[in-house]
Amino acid sequence: MRYVDEFRKREEAQGLLRKIREISQREVSIMEICGTHTHSISKYGVREALPPNIRLISGPGCPVCVTSAADVNRLLDFSRSRRDVVMATFGDMMKVPGSASSLQEEKAGGGDIRVVYSPLGALDIAGEDPSREVVLLAVGFETTAPTVAATMLAARENGLRNLSVLSLHKLTPPAMRALMDAGEMDIDGFICPGHVTAIIGAGAYGFLASEYGSPCVVAGFEPIDAIMGIYMLVRQLEEGRKEIEIEYDRVVTWNGNLKAQEVMNRVFEPADSLWRGIGNIPGSGLRIRNEFSDMDAEKRFSIPPGEDAEPKGCKCGSVLKGLITPEACPLFAKACTPEFPIGPCMVSSEGTCAAFFKYRRAA
Amino acid sequence: MTKVLKTILLAHGSGGSHSRRLVEELFASAFANPLLAPLNDQAVFSPPSGRLAFTTDSYVVKPIFFPGGDIGKLAVCGTINDLAVGGAEPLYLSASFIIEEGLPMDELERVVASMARTALDAGVMIVTGDTKVVERGKGDKLFINTAGIGKVGGSLDLAPSKIRAGDVVIVSGTMGDHGIAILTHREGIRMETPVESDCAPLHTLVRAVLDAAPSGVRAMRDPTRGGLATVLNEFAASSGLAISVREDDIPVKDAVRGACEILGFDPLYLANEGKLIAVVSKESAEAVLEAMRSHPYGRDAAVTGVVEEAPKGKVLIETSIGNRRILDMLSGEQLPRIC
Repeated sequence: MRYVDEFRKREEAQGLLRKIREISQREVSIMEICGTHTHSISKYGVREALPPNIRLISGPGCPVCVTSAADVNRLLDFSRSRRDVVMATFGDMMKVPGSASSLQEEKAGGGDIRVVYSPLGALDIAGEDPSREVVLLAVGFETTAPTVAATMLAARENGLRNLSVLSLHKLTPPAMRALMDAGEMDIDGFICPGHVTAIIGAGAYGFLASEYGSPCVVAGFEPIDAIMGIYMLVRQLEEGRKEIEIEYDRVVTWNGNLKAQEVMNRVFEPADSLWRGIGNIPGSGLRIRNEFSDMDAEKRFSIPPGEDAEPKGCKCGSVLKGLITPEACPLFAKACTPEFPIGPCMVSSEGTCAAFFKYRRAA
Repeated sequence: MTKVLKTILLAHGSGGSHSRRLVEELFASAFANPLLAPLNDQAVFSPPSGRLAFTTDSYVVKPIFFPGGDIGKLAVCGTINDLAVGGAEPLYLSASFIIEEGLPMDELERVVASMARTALDAGVMIVTGDTKVVERGKGDKLFINTAGIGKVGGSLDLAPSKIRAGDVVIVSGTMGDHGIAILTHREGIRMETPVESDCAPLHTLVRAVLDAAPSGVRAMRDPTRGGLATVLNEFAASSGLAISVREDDIPVKDAVRGACEILGFDPLYLANEGKLIAVVSKESAEAVLEAMRSHPYGRDAAVTGVVEEAPKGKVLIETSIGNRRILDMLSGEQLPRIC
């Protein structure tokens, strides 16, 4: 398969791992921000193949996981109070536990909750029956936001009046700044997300190098991309450089996708946002601009805030900040499993706990 | 049949004249065989000599027609396969239909015709059945339950507990075709190379394998829901041994890999409906592989792994880039109503 197989070649991967072992002298902690990197690194056994002085820390890069307990409870309350409304969601959200239920349980209890594979799926649902209100639960980073914005623009263009959006979007760079400001742990450098950066551009991480002295490498998600990204970052750290480098240069540029940014900015504007485990981060969310307030589910249905209560004993917050690995949580693989998840990091395939559970236990 | 009514009514499940006509004109004429013909409440037959195998399964796949098959073909093949992987020769099936009011009659006719054709080709008889109709909105078009009886020859005893270190794991073909066929069709995802379900009766393939290595076959499964990874984990757990596979040796169609990349699925966890996983002794591996490859349903057969002493109860996979990791059971990413 083109564009895939060439990034999964055994000799090349093993050769790069050998080069990492050759140049690596220092103890370094590298954070991979993105959940897709966490998944790929675990799936291909990359973590185990690195020398012990290179520590990979998984960051807050799983959109479902960082959605706050308050927001999860808010949409569950909404589902219970408005059974007449169709809720369109990405599949990962279905199992996320709130204080009293999950979307999957609300569906079983009579809620009309439908899984869509892209925001456009919600547009189709709204078009099929204009008499039903359809709310798209928009959870995601800068990768998702432009497609949600484009969906809203298409709905407006087609005169669809029954589609609205609950925007729970999150922005990546403000979260990285918040992690550095919190200073709870030493992060020597970042592996930055390929697809988010394809939208926002590698220039968005400039502050990490200039203000915090953290080198960054933007990497793709195939195993050789991830290994190459780690190699480039280790080389920077060994040579004492603090630069923003792009490994994923077949997709990522310095300025990003200007068209996508323009669409996103037309519909959304930055706003404060509550992250699970981290708390409120200024300017780290996206709210719908006033011009589109008729499509803002929050305003249209006056959705009140939900209870901000973490599941008892759940350490997703600490996992998301990279303070602990999943194995350090007393619930991991005991009370909390993908089948019966307690925290969101065990639910989503991009969640750190799910990746560790699936690929790492007793290997 | 005389098409007086174009859709299924509640009356078709009432037990009255509409029911009678549906049974006689549709089911009995399509499945026609001497054991069904008396249309009694039961089929009466003499048990064959030796041991019997008995199984049942319900089919709720959505949509009921999909590339490569339909719910009827699936209902016949699935139950045949559950018998076959135990080494049984399938003989008789039952077929129960739970139909939603309003199902177009021609759709039911197509499903029944497909069941009849599949059963005839496979050499099994549908000898008894039942029909119920539920109100519109209380079902989803059509659910089918089939049960099956088969004959187990000689002293054949296939079980994961028979697996020994040094044995070899052979798969009969590409993984994940059924899962991707249903999913892409259901979601309206158009692909350059559309994937068809592999839905097929496996008893002749099983026969060929057993004939090729009468005493070398330890255990067989058809990897339906949960896919190859789940079957291997069941084998590892039941035998208390380790199974080691190489990702590069597992056959997967390019189109299935592509769809998995896009949709975030792993072919090793996707459902198959016409594939066999066999664990055989090292000495018989060659013969079994050859027998599979000579059979129309086993052309892409491949040796994909070996059984080792440790780590006990675990499945390990060597990834395409050469690192090893655990291959866990399916957890959390099931596709609903795949079969």
